[in-house]
Amino acid sequence: MATFTERMAPVLVLWLAVSLSGTWAVDKGNFKTCDQSSFCKRQRALKPGESPYRALLETMELTNTRLTLQLINDNNKVRLLLELYRLQGNITRVKINELKPLKLRYEVPDVLIRDPPTEPLSLLSQDENGVVLSLGAESQRVIVSARPFRLDIMEGREVLMSLNSRGLLAFEHLRMRKDTQADPEAEKKEETDPAKQAETAKEEEEKVEDGMWEETFKSHSDSKPNGPSAVSLDFSLPGVEHVYGIPEHADTLRLKTTENGDPYRLYNLDVFQYELYNPMALYGAVPVMLAHNAQRTTGIFWLNAAETWVDISSNTAGKTVFGKMLDYVQGSSETPQTDVRWISESGIIDVFIMLGPTPKDVFAQYASLTGTQAFPPLAAVGYHQCRWNYNDQEDVTSVDAGFDEHDIPYDYIWLDIEHTDGKRYFTWDPHKFASPKEMLQGLMDKKRKMVAIVDPHIKVDTNYKIHNEIRSRSFYIKNKDGGDYEGWCWPGSAGYPDFTRADMRDWWASMFAYDQYEGSMENLYTWNDMNEPSVFNGPEVTMHKDALHGAWEHRDVHNLYGFYVQMATAEGLIQRSGGVERPFVLTRAFFAGSQRYGAVWTGDNAAEWDHLKVSIPMCLSLGLVGISFCGADVGGFFKSPSTELLVRWYQTGAYQPFFRAHAHLDTPRREPWLFGPENTALIREAVRQRYTLLPYWYQQFYHAHRTGQPIMRPLWVEYPEDPATFALDDEFLIGRDLLVHPVTEEGARGVTAYLPGKDEVWFDVHTFQKHNGAQNLYIPVTISSIPVFQRGGSIIPRKIRVRRSSSCMMHDPYTLYVALNPQRTAEGELYIDDGHTFNYEKEFIHRRLSFANNLLSSVNLAPDAQFSTRSWIERIVILGASKPSKVILKTDDGQESQLEFDFDSSMSVLTLRKPGMNAGVDWNVMLQ
Amino acid sequence: MMTCQTPYILLLLCVGVSAVEVQRPRGVPLSKRQFYEENKPFTCLDGSRTIPFDRVNDDYCDCQDSSDEPGTAACPNGSFHCTNAGFRPGFIPSSRINDGICDCCDTTDEYNSGAACQNTCREMGRKERESLQKMAEITKEGFLLKQQLIQEAKRGLEDKKAKHSDVQISKKDLENMVEALRTVKETAEQPEKEAKERHLKAWEDQKAVIQMEKDKARMTEVFPELDDDADGFVSVAELLSHSELDPDSDGSFTEAEAQGLLGGVDQVDAVTFESVWNNIKEKYISESNADTPAPVETPTEEIREPASDNDSEQYPEDDIPDEEEEEEEEEEEEDDDQDEGDYKSPPTTQTQEKKDDDDEGTMPPYEQETQNLIDAAQKARDAFDETEKALREVDDQIKNLEKEISFDFGPSAEFAYLYSQCYELTTSEYTYRLCPFNRVSQKPKFGGSETNLGTWGHWAGPEDNIYSLMKYEHGTGCWQGPNRSTMIKVTCGKETVLVSTSEPSRCEYLMEFISPAVCQEPPNPDSALHGHEEL
Repeated sequence: MATFTERMAPVLVLWLAVSLSGTWAVDKGNFKTCDQSSFCKRQRALKPGESPYRALLETMELTNTRLTLQLINDNNKVRLLLELYRLQGNITRVKINELKPLKLRYEVPDVLIRDPPTEPLSLLSQDENGVVLSLGAESQRVIVSARPFRLDIMEGREVLMSLNSRGLLAFEHLRMRKDTQADPEAEKKEETDPAKQAETAKEEEEKVEDGMWEETFKSHSDSKPNGPSAVSLDFSLPGVEHVYGIPEHADTLRLKTTENGDPYRLYNLDVFQYELYNPMALYGAVPVMLAHNAQRTTGIFWLNAAETWVDISSNTAGKTVFGKMLDYVQGSSETPQTDVRWISESGIIDVFIMLGPTPKDVFAQYASLTGTQAFPPLAAVGYHQCRWNYNDQEDVTSVDAGFDEHDIPYDYIWLDIEHTDGKRYFTWDPHKFASPKEMLQGLMDKKRKMVAIVDPHIKVDTNYKIHNEIRSRSFYIKNKDGGDYEGWCWPGSAGYPDFTRADMRDWWASMFAYDQYEGSMENLYTWNDMNEPSVFNGPEVTMHKDALHGAWEHRDVHNLYGFYVQMATAEGLIQRSGGVERPFVLTRAFFAGSQRYGAVWTGDNAAEWDHLKVSIPMCLSLGLVGISFCGADVGGFFKSPSTELLVRWYQTGAYQPFFRAHAHLDTPRREPWLFGPENTALIREAVRQRYTLLPYWYQQFYHAHRTGQPIMRPLWVEYPEDPATFALDDEFLIGRDLLVHPVTEEGARGVTAYLPGKDEVWFDVHTFQKHNGAQNLYIPVTISSIPVFQRGGSIIPRKIRVRRSSSCMMHDPYTLYVALNPQRTAEGELYIDDGHTFNYEKEFIHRRLSFANNLLSSVNLAPDAQFSTRSWIERIVILGASKPSKVILKTDDGQESQLEFDFDSSMSVLTLRKPGMNAGVDWNVMLQ
Repeated sequence: MMTCQTPYILLLLCVGVSAVEVQRPRGVPLSKRQFYEENKPFTCLDGSRTIPFDRVNDDYCDCQDSSDEPGTAACPNGSFHCTNAGFRPGFIPSSRINDGICDCCDTTDEYNSGAACQNTCREMGRKERESLQKMAEITKEGFLLKQQLIQEAKRGLEDKKAKHSDVQISKKDLENMVEALRTVKETAEQPEKEAKERHLKAWEDQKAVIQMEKDKARMTEVFPELDDDADGFVSVAELLSHSELDPDSDGSFTEAEAQGLLGGVDQVDAVTFESVWNNIKEKYISESNADTPAPVETPTEEIREPASDNDSEQYPEDDIPDEEEEEEEEEEEEDDDQDEGDYKSPPTTQTQEKKDDDDEGTMPPYEQETQNLIDAAQKARDAFDETEKALREVDDQIKNLEKEISFDFGPSAEFAYLYSQCYELTTSEYTYRLCPFNRVSQKPKFGGSETNLGTWGHWAGPEDNIYSLMKYEHGTGCWQGPNRSTMIKVTCGKETVLVSTSEPSRCEYLMEFISPAVCQEPPNPDSALHGHEEL
């Protein structure tokens, strides 16, 4: 769902016509460059060199939990307060604020799941040049240098990261506006000569610098009553050539250097027809960057919700492979280094330095700060059918029936904005959706579900209950003059509830109660779109920065808005069931911590091959910063895909965490069966592959929820020492055991997949062909091919009996795929719960499956957990096996029985027929 | 633990009065019963392998073709047969066995899921029989109506053919008449033209005289104006004060230029000024009235222009105009005729009179003799135009008739009765209008302009039933989308009525239209239900 159509109010159509001028690409002129954002321009103009900041060591205070120290800017004598914390789990937190700010500066609340627990710091040495602190038990130290101020984090003799090493720390202190002291009108009257008057005005502006106290972009002016307030800090990463993260950008997985263009921008925006491979801001922002080399992975979490720009430079950028080799053979002393610099418009510097050392450690460290992926209901991991818009109940019924007729499973059908009564969320169009409960019941009878959109812009209409309640409670965001902020969005004039208020969020959550949200039922879930927030007539299609959230400006909280909308909505879905059912909420805008509330998608993409390709790095980047439940609109939102592109997109989407087809209102219909029987069969097969793997996917979600590890992973996460994996973003891992290289080239006859790990073997999941690791494998493909490999050494459970929906498969038996490594061992897990409630916290089955010494066994990993399943093991397929003479099953009651088997010697595949034991009990299978 | 189930179902079949028990594995249709012989090894239906019989329906898939598990969900692409006694038997994908959803009306698909299914076969059978019967009645009546439509169409076609040849004859007559009247007209127009030219020439001459006198009078006024020192001569210096007279208008009016204007001398007297005046009168701006220059205009060219913007022959060529449009067209034609008639008559329009008043006054009326010639010519023109118009109408009529005669109104022209009819359907928001073989449109109920949802394209049904769908295309374009188009699904009924409309895809409309013209010869109503029944 996106921006504009002819169905908008006429005013907007006009706006559209002017602003879009009929082209199929983003109008870059609608969005700011760094040069057009005054603080970015100001900050970027600072050159590296001697920093004006000096640490006043005599002010140092060291308590058990933190170190504080004042910094002084020798140019203007403004003092800052530095706080340094050692956090549990190898994290260092650095906070810098004004010592005595004119008024409070914004510190981001609600993103951290708790006050991070600290560990003691101890002073190792101190002299007039600085202090050395020990970071806990390991040989890690922080060196605080006084003049200029700088921090170096060391391990042994190695510098892991340096702060302000380039002297780009900048902290614009809050100040009184000087030119408001005098009456500028009076002054001007004295000046009779117009030329002279202009000159004077210009001089004055230059004194305060352009855009410090007021800034205009296109026709929008930002009143900036607090004046300049930007913060900035640089980080040096010695030995690092690869940095990742800071989504959301439509760019490669490995971040590029930004010296020759704009920095990467983090500012949640509704970008119409976004362009690929550039650093422009998109719908969401997670200010987290990962740095990686073969020895170590670290992370930087810059906790600031204002508009933020990130510059990246590298001393090896631009060097060819040959050049690097030359350096190597000539023994060049220059170690590779990446420098990054963060610039935010307001707030404070609050940065968490996650010191790894492994990728998994960094994920765990970040999860300890902002939480883990919400554990979704199992059905949400299935296939979602969406379109803007399913026209009416009859349409919903017939699409639902279409899936049955063509025997394609799906779990959720979606309704976009047209389902409402005039874009009034929480309502239904009285003609097209006259009896929503009947419709929902019809879906429930088939064990299927629905998602309906609820956007945060509220139609200003005194006959609309939601609006009246928000207005009467004064829950709307206010404009700079104190009135309710109004902007244009889908319903026309709309107000924007202030989701930063806890009382507003509570009220919003209560609106999802079954007796409040008329026509809703327990199989109705929610989609939050346009929550950047999108304001059609606002600057950069979003809210004016001088709008007010209580004491804070929108400028301070902008990137948090979407996070809060999803938080309140998810809370509503939890509350309506009395805390029993897991919610499912999709959001377009997000921030650090959004993973706790549901799924995100990559917004309004287009039906183009490059958009299919970029869906991989976009979701990988999100996974690296905690947001695992990611997907792209299958088929592409804008424009109409060719049949080949649509099929390839289903094949790719089936192996990405959030699997939803979606289409723009103005595109021709594209339900899976509309492209002839061959293509219907291809799409059916892709969706079925998804459903057979649901047990594995669900297990990945469980892990992501428990540990914060990403589900969809770049290869380097599992093979951190293999530089060949560092920039790969046309293939990925699901968990650690499945490697997917989707076909994303038009007319492809083959793909080359890198199979990592010199000690690994990989089995083609379709043919069971075995391949060695650490090689580039050329795989010939046809239109039906989805190159997927199972890692030797893994056990993956599947449900082969694909049914109408995931709920219909609940009690079905499992087939275990045991892929042996060269040591003839394998390990895996089996996770089972009820699939939809919070009871999983106590009631679940979690078993370790392991194969060694010709013995396959299932062991309980959670003996305290209670759950029983009707599911059983119907088949065990062992890849890379040799032929046994007999196979014995031993169940926990001591019973032994011989299993029948089938051995395919050409592929070394052993299939054990119908062992039949319950999936939740202990058992052993012996190959003899 | 794995589920247990009975591999057999007991079927109680009522054939007449006797009850027979047929034993076969669950999910197997009678037609395939012979392949599932109890206690004999079972060979997969694709012949790929043979398994012991106790592995049929044992909830494990042994055959690649899924044939060993007709009654369980174990095989990926199996199908399950429901007998559905009392209704129609059918197959469902075996993935729907025991999934908790009742698919077979006889509940046999949910034998082990705990789903509480009701046997609804009898009820469904009854309903289906009722609706089939109803449909059969409708079809029967519709088919009778269709026969009438075919007869009517036949008669209509004959009428049209007859009319066509009649009109052909009257066309010939009209053509001859047009030619004759053209000669009459041209004969009358020659003397008219000459007389008018004479009249005009006389008027022009007279105007020239008047103009000259005016010129002279003005010159007499101007001379003293220019002669600033009133010495009876206009000098170079005096001329130079009138910078508008600069011959090359380059912004500098030099003495040499002024001298040039005075014919090479330094000053001229009132008499010599006459020749100078001719050179400067167009530019001269009177000192007393400097901001109202009165450049001599020649409005004569404008007079010739007809005061109409549609002098070019615009003849709308809509294929099958509906009634409204036809009326409009006729009006336009009349306008056209009027313009043509006006084109050589004396100036009569208000604008022209006004312009004439401004200057040399009105052209005097024609002398009686000339007027008589004009009247005669006008009469001949009128007669000619009227006949020519009649001829055009006849041509249209012929075109329309030919089109109608050759139009594809179905195998027996049973759809011909829809031609030039329109049918409306009003929904909550819009009124939809279908004019078969012409166009489909949509108009907002509460004001707003009409949108064209497509004009007649072609029959678009499947090969075996091409007349079941009509396609209307090239309607109003959609924003960033295709041009609107509409599919009309025609189903059998007694009445002719537009029953539903939807927009399944953006700007692609689907409407259901009932007409007896698609009613097929009704089959024997008894065979309809029992024909496919296994019992």
